[in-house]
Amino acid sequence: MFDPYLARRYPTAARPSADAYRIKDNVAIVGIGQTEFSKNSGRSEVQLACEAIEAAVEDAGLKTEQIDGLVKFAIDYTDEMHVVSNLGLTDVAYFGECGWGGGASCATILHAAVAVATGVANYVVCYRGMNERSGRRYGRVPGAAMVMTAPNDHFGSLMPYGFATPPSWVAMFTTRYMHEFGATPEQLGAVSVVLREYACRNPNAMFYGRPITLEDYMASRMVVWPLRLYDCCVDTDGAVAIVVTSTERARDLKQRPAVLLGATQGIGTQGEMMTSVYRPIISGLPESWYAAEELWRVSGVKPEDVDVAQFYDAFTPLIPMQLEEYGFCGRGEGAAFCEGGDRIRLGGELPCNTSGGHLSEAYIHGMNLISEGVRQIRGTSTSQVENVELSLVTGGLGVPTSAVLLRAG
Amino acid sequence: MGMEYIEGIPLLRPYTDYDNKGFWDAVREHRLVFQRCRECGLIVHRPRPMCPRCLSTEREWAPSEGKGRIYSYVDFVYQNASYPGIKVPYVVVVVEMVEGVRMISNMMDETAEEIYVGMPVEVVFDDIAEDLTLPKFRKIQD
Repeated sequence: MFDPYLARRYPTAARPSADAYRIKDNVAIVGIGQTEFSKNSGRSEVQLACEAIEAAVEDAGLKTEQIDGLVKFAIDYTDEMHVVSNLGLTDVAYFGECGWGGGASCATILHAAVAVATGVANYVVCYRGMNERSGRRYGRVPGAAMVMTAPNDHFGSLMPYGFATPPSWVAMFTTRYMHEFGATPEQLGAVSVVLREYACRNPNAMFYGRPITLEDYMASRMVVWPLRLYDCCVDTDGAVAIVVTSTERARDLKQRPAVLLGATQGIGTQGEMMTSVYRPIISGLPESWYAAEELWRVSGVKPEDVDVAQFYDAFTPLIPMQLEEYGFCGRGEGAAFCEGGDRIRLGGELPCNTSGGHLSEAYIHGMNLISEGVRQIRGTSTSQVENVELSLVTGGLGVPTSAVLLRAG
Repeated sequence: MGMEYIEGIPLLRPYTDYDNKGFWDAVREHRLVFQRCRECGLIVHRPRPMCPRCLSTEREWAPSEGKGRIYSYVDFVYQNASYPGIKVPYVVVVVEMVEGVRMISNMMDETAEEIYVGMPVEVVFDDIAEDLTLPKFRKIQD
């Protein structure tokens, strides 16, 4: 029950048995598609979304008219009516949306998988299209001069104090994380440097051809202390779409399927949208712990079995924190895990964010991480890990989150 | 030196609703209160309709001692990543109050260099505008 000091660890209520989990082995990702990633797409978000969907459908070896399900981000401005109208779809029998910004990324796969596993839809497309660089940038406060009253109690408790932007919210957890565990800027910098190395092997990455050193990282501008510019992801225009179907139907399609072992969501008690400072522990990510525990439970897999991971990395500290919450190391050991970077490089214990991630490939709210997780299964990553059997992807942090675990089909 | 507000770009006013009105009404009178459950006595912040421990909706406003310690903090040093109506640098703190709850706030005078996790503080009230008073904090002796 409610325990203010153990809240994040109290036992879950009666959950269905792992045997009842019908997604495992029965649902697969069969198509991935994306637009170019840029600072200024020069076209609307609905166009970006439709282009990515077409690319994903083509990648799968399907026809556009076969799509009968759509799952979007609640925060995405491109609603399913626009997509249906533009792509001329006529048989969309399942549509829905997932909340909490980037926390929705792997949740869209879960919701698509539920529809597929229960026979509601055959080919469900999950998408995200955003002009996040040329349009509304999340890192900045829009139109403050126009708005006098915060839209809700949550923002009303932050904005009057100027506690206004995502980097500052993650910085608050980071200060505490560094205080409790002695994490250093150099350890966070190693994450940034390694992900940039991956991006420099990926021609589609925003930072392709632009390597950085630890010295560059340390010298980069402080954004909100203790976070520097190179701790932050790269605002991006672009779109990504993913096609989900049954493993059975996947056999007749073009690509090697990335079969779902699990797709899960997690929501922490006493949480808020990225400012959960009121709960007992703020140096970790309880939502991720919940999503992880459920993932390991339904899949029957252990963290040490995972070959490659794409952790949601809007900011560098989120990778060490997730290494802890997903059980790849002990509590407080994540930053040391990343020190020097070798354990998250190719050939290391757990290669992480092999496309360059949000920090260096593109920030498409977690969806480009799912594409990379699928490429690792197919053997087509620009930083391919050898003989990948299990590929982990996680969703947005500091908010209700999600995760998927893929196996080679 | 206190925080410097930029004229013409107003701070967002707190949103008041059924649940938090008592908190902000008290702040206007320079009193700090927290929501306390009348059934089990649990103090929570931010205010909410239901006690997460005993699920009671019977609640009252308990006066705070106004003292606590810095639990975490950040330093806004880059204007583009800050609230446009406040001149950088400015500090946002999370204070753990002696009542056990935490609050987001600002330091009244101290800069980032002068504060640390664990520093003892007490509440002060900053009358920023006719319709806006905020509880903030200042350093006290340990």
